[in-house]
Amino acid sequence: MDKPILKVEGIHAFIGKHHILQGVSFEVKEGQITVLLGRNGAGKTTSLRTIMGLVPISQGSIQFKDQSIERLRPFEIARRGIGFVPEDRGLFNLLTVEENFRVAMLEENENTKKRLEMIFEIFPDLRRFWKSKAGILSGGQKQMLAIARPLINPNELLLIDEPSKGLAPIVVDHLIEAFHRLKEHTVIILVEQNFYMASQIGTHFYLFDDGRTVHHGRMVELIQNEEMKNKYLGISTIPSRGIQD
Amino acid sequence: MGGIFLIPLLLISPKTYCTLTISGLAMGMLLFLVASGFSLIFGFLSVLNLAHGALFTWGAYISFTSFSLMNRWTGWGGSESFLSNMVIFLLSLLLAGLFVGLLGMMTERLVIRPVYGSHLFQIFITVGAMIFLEELIRVLWGPDDEVMPVPISFIGSLDFFDIVVAKYPLVAIGVGIILYLSIYLILKKTKIGTIVRAGVENPEMVQVMGHNIYRYFTGVFAIGSALAAIGGGMWATFVKSINPAMGGEVIVFALIVAIIGGLGSITGSVIGALMVGLSYNYVAYLVPKAALGITMLLLVVILLFRPTGLFPEGT
Repeated sequence: MDKPILKVEGIHAFIGKHHILQGVSFEVKEGQITVLLGRNGAGKTTSLRTIMGLVPISQGSIQFKDQSIERLRPFEIARRGIGFVPEDRGLFNLLTVEENFRVAMLEENENTKKRLEMIFEIFPDLRRFWKSKAGILSGGQKQMLAIARPLINPNELLLIDEPSKGLAPIVVDHLIEAFHRLKEHTVIILVEQNFYMASQIGTHFYLFDDGRTVHHGRMVELIQNEEMKNKYLGISTIPSRGIQD
Repeated sequence: MGGIFLIPLLLISPKTYCTLTISGLAMGMLLFLVASGFSLIFGFLSVLNLAHGALFTWGAYISFTSFSLMNRWTGWGGSESFLSNMVIFLLSLLLAGLFVGLLGMMTERLVIRPVYGSHLFQIFITVGAMIFLEELIRVLWGPDDEVMPVPISFIGSLDFFDIVVAKYPLVAIGVGIILYLSIYLILKKTKIGTIVRAGVENPEMVQVMGHNIYRYFTGVFAIGSALAAIGGGMWATFVKSINPAMGGEVIVFALIVAIIGGLGSITGSVIGALMVGLSYNYVAYLVPKAALGITMLLLVVILLFRPTGLFPEGT
């Protein structure tokens, strides 16, 4: 239970000539929702993409369930049990909700059906729009679909990039509820700019600054640390719902 | 928009119009076969395959050779039996599709894969592949035109209430419809087809969902090449000849059809192909010199109103 399911150690990564990650290290354990926080351009999204094999690392290691995955291709990493929800959601808008799930489904058996029922309990709108094209869903529904899709497989780790982006506060509240239920089923790493959401669902945090991880700890500690929030997140007062300072 | 194709009725007799329409639909179906492969390859792989015309030519030559050999052994091509004619014709197309499909797989692995993501290098390398494949035809079959054998029962015409309809175009339309429906059903109803449609929209996301996108790239390239080859075999039977440069003449039409229809869309390819086939035939009858021009005009008009073509990617 105490052993990390994912361990990222000293990773460096370039995008073109830009040295985006300059020594990122973090680990996540079962039962946790870990939030990666930091200003824009700090390297949070790139960290998720390196875990997924979409950005190669030039240095460092990434271990998932004690196995190195840094040299694997994205589809091989996905098959190891890691789901990914990118910042732009990555939906197939011309396909129906059902077809989006069909693409995501790596195998079809009784357990898949049970997982689908679980998904419908958490996100009931998806059952209602099952035969509709993903492109006609509202922003909130699209985000639900994007998050629900990888859950159709028994993924042990879910990487989610800015799930609350562009969503109304009421939808963010629904999403927070959904995450509280999801953490019973999978370990989650979240990149989130909305500190209210991050503080409501995160159990642990890592602070990013200029491509490095600079602080980490339990979320309750960060909530109380005004100096750290101000320095690394630009949050100067008591956090308000949905407001980014 | 379909009504515009009734305008020629103001200028030509209904019987001639029907004859030209059948011919136009047949030409459209043949163009669909070549264009759909090109469209699928560009839509899914984002690859500009300028060697597609050469694969079309290879299809014509394989079809020619296999038909000639099988006819020598069985005599089915010269038989009066429509069934025998159909079997030998379809077998020659199947062999062309299989052979060129394999050729397409090799082309994708050796030539295209190193240049994914760079359209400029794709143009260079596929033009090189096109030249190589065309020259190889000249080496193997010679540089001269050959007469394409046509099954006996495909020659001639039928008379429906004084409307003269050539026989082969009806066969071409039938084969084209069957192939379109097969591809459509595979894309819509099977998991592989769903993944291909998803890949047309977002190939990175398909990878991240656990699918080896490169295997699908190879498969789609093979199928696209096979479609071009079948189109080549059928086109050769339509024009009753083959030559090493025939692909270059048809690829321009195929490109126009793929763009009009919407890159990555099979339905778009068939609609675009029928529009091009029909308009070409009507104008070629009325003003022969303007036949190619009407195709270009169609392209310009469609793109003015629908810059991404008639159907968006993936539909």
